[in-house]
Amino acid sequence: MGELRLMKGNEALAEAIIRAGTDGYFGYPITPQSEVIEYLTAAKPHETTGMVVLQAESEVASINMLYGGGGTGKKVVTSSSSPGISLMQEGISYIAGAEIPILIINVVRGGPGLGDIQPAQSDYFQSTKGGGHGDYRLIVLAPSSVQEMSDFVLTGYDLAFKYRMPSMILSDGAIGQMMEKVELFDAIPRLSDEEVKTLYPWATNGKPKGGERRVLTSLDLDPSKLEQHNYDLQAKYRLIEENEVRFEEIQCEDADYVLVAYGSSARISQKSIQLLREKGIKVGLLRPITLWPFPTKQIDALVKQGVKGFLSVEMSAGQMVEDVRLAVNGRVKVDHYGRLGGIIHSPEEVAEALELKIIGE
Amino acid sequence: MSELTINDIIKPENLVYQKTKLMTDKALSYCPGCGHGTAHRLVMEVVEELGKENDTIGVAPVGCSVLAYEFMNIDMQEAAHGRAPALATGIKRLWPDKLVFTYQGDGDLAAIGTAETIHACNRGEKIVIIFINNGIYGMTGGQMAPTTLVGMKTSTSPYGRDVALMGYPLKITELIAQLPGTYYVSRQAVHTPSAVRKAKRAIKKAFQNQVDDAPGLSFIEVVSNCNSGWKMTPIDSNIWMEENMFPFYPLGDIKVDGKLVK
Repeated sequence: MGELRLMKGNEALAEAIIRAGTDGYFGYPITPQSEVIEYLTAAKPHETTGMVVLQAESEVASINMLYGGGGTGKKVVTSSSSPGISLMQEGISYIAGAEIPILIINVVRGGPGLGDIQPAQSDYFQSTKGGGHGDYRLIVLAPSSVQEMSDFVLTGYDLAFKYRMPSMILSDGAIGQMMEKVELFDAIPRLSDEEVKTLYPWATNGKPKGGERRVLTSLDLDPSKLEQHNYDLQAKYRLIEENEVRFEEIQCEDADYVLVAYGSSARISQKSIQLLREKGIKVGLLRPITLWPFPTKQIDALVKQGVKGFLSVEMSAGQMVEDVRLAVNGRVKVDHYGRLGGIIHSPEEVAEALELKIIGE
Repeated sequence: MSELTINDIIKPENLVYQKTKLMTDKALSYCPGCGHGTAHRLVMEVVEELGKENDTIGVAPVGCSVLAYEFMNIDMQEAAHGRAPALATGIKRLWPDKLVFTYQGDGDLAAIGTAETIHACNRGEKIVIIFINNGIYGMTGGQMAPTTLVGMKTSTSPYGRDVALMGYPLKITELIAQLPGTYYVSRQAVHTPSAVRKAKRAIKKAFQNQVDDAPGLSFIEVVSNCNSGWKMTPIDSNIWMEENMFPFYPLGDIKVDGKLVK
C-alpha cells in the first residue's frame, strides 16, 4: 500500500511528477493549474531527486524546453491550462514530427479565447484531432479522479517513451482543484545519464565515441521522404489504436442506453445512472480513459450487444460526440448533452437529457 | 587520360590546411559568396580543438541555416522558428556538463524569437549563441529583417526601410549585453582572412567560457553578407557591408567576462 494523502488534483499531479523520476519540469503559471509549479518549486526536488524545475517566459518557451530536453532522452513534462496549451501547439507539432517523448498536462478551463477559469472539456478537438499543423496524434489520457491525476503521470510517460511521441493528460479545472484521498505510488529513481544513453540511442546527448551522430528534426525537404515519414507515423498510430485503448464500463452489461463521458463528466454521470436506474431505465456508463486512441470498438460492441442509444456527456458544445457518432455509424440514436463556459451540469440535468433526447422519441 | 581530381593535388607534403572532420562532406546549401559556410566551419573547428565533439549538442534555427545539422557533424536538434534558445535551455539544464549552442539568423533570433533570446540571456543560461546578422531574410527570398538598415531595399521594403512605417533596425546584441545574464558578447565578421581569425578567437572564447562553467551566456554576432538577397556580387556585397553595415553594427567585443567594454 502506497502513502495515503488528502490532496488537490494539481498537487497530486505535482507529487507524482517528482515520484515518477522526472528529470525536468518547464512551465508557466496559469489558472487553474498554477498549484503544479508552486508545489514543485516549494518541494525543491533538485535537492532530493535532482529534478530541474524552471519557470519559463511563456508556454511557447516551456514546450520548446521540452523539445530540447526530451530530445536528449530525459523525462520532461509541462503543465498548463487551455490558453497556454493553445500557445504550445506549434511546439507539439514539431515534437510529434521529430518523434520525441514528452508529457503535457492540460487542466482545461472555459474558452474560447481567454474564456474563464472554471472547469470545461472544450479542448477535446484540440487534444485528439491534432491541434497544431500536420498529420499527427497525441496519446490523450483523461483522469476522472485525483487518484488518476497521480497514476496517469506514470502511464503518460510509459506510453510516450514506448512510442516516442508526446502524450497528454487532459484534465479539467474541477479535477485539478478538488481534494480527494490519493494513494501515492512509490518513488521511481531518475535514470542516470549512462542509462539514458543506453536506453535511448536516438537521443541527442553528445555523439557516441566511434558512433554515428544523431539528428532530431521535423524537416524533410524531399517530399517522397516526408511522405514516407508520415506513413511511418501513421503506422505507429494504427499500432497504438490497436493496443492502447483504455476505458472503464459501469453497468453496461444489461444497459439499454449508455452515457459516454470522461473526466468530471464521468463522475457526474455515475450519479445520473443511479437516478435513471431508480426510475427503472437501464443505463450504463462508458468512460473513455484514452480519448485518443478512442474506444471505437467498444462502442461498436455495445451497439451489437443491443444498446438503443448513446448520450455523450461533455462540458462542451459537443466534441467527443463526433467520435461516438463515427463509432455508432448511424445504427442507433446518438446525441450530446453538456453545459458550456465553465458551468458544470448536474446529474439530474444529464438524466433528463437522456430521457428527452435519446429515449423520448 | 583520366580527369585530374582534387585528391591528385592534395597530398600530405603540400597540405597546409584541412577541413575539420566535424564538417560533413555534404555540399553546403548556401549561395556562393555567403558567410554561413565560414561561420559553420569556425564553430566546428572550435568544438574539435576543444576536444568536445562527443559532448556538444547544437540547435539549428529556421532560416538559411535551417539545414545546419546536415553540415555540422555532431548531435543536433532542429528548432521551430525563433525557439532555439528555449531548446538549448532544456538541453543544458538537463546535461550541464555538455556544451550547448544555438546557431541563428537575424529573423530567427531578433524578430520571432526575441522573447526566447532575451530570456535565455537574462537567465544566464550557460550556452553559446551564434547569431548571423545579414540584415535580411535570405531563405524566404530577401524580405526585410529586424536588422535591415534604414533605407535598405528588400522585397518587403521595396522603396527602402522607412522608419515611420517599419521602425528601426534592432541592435539586439547591444541590448542583450545590458543584461546581467550575459558573460561575453562580441560582434565579428567573416569576410576577410583577418576577420575570420578574429571571429574564430571570439567563438573559441565563447565555448571556452562554457567549458569553464563561466557564470552566464556567451553571444557572438557575426555580421555577414547576403549577396543574393542584397542583389550584389559577393565582392560588392562585402564592400557594401563594410561601408554600410559596420558603421551601424561596429565590430569588436561589447562585453567581456561579464563587464561592458568601454
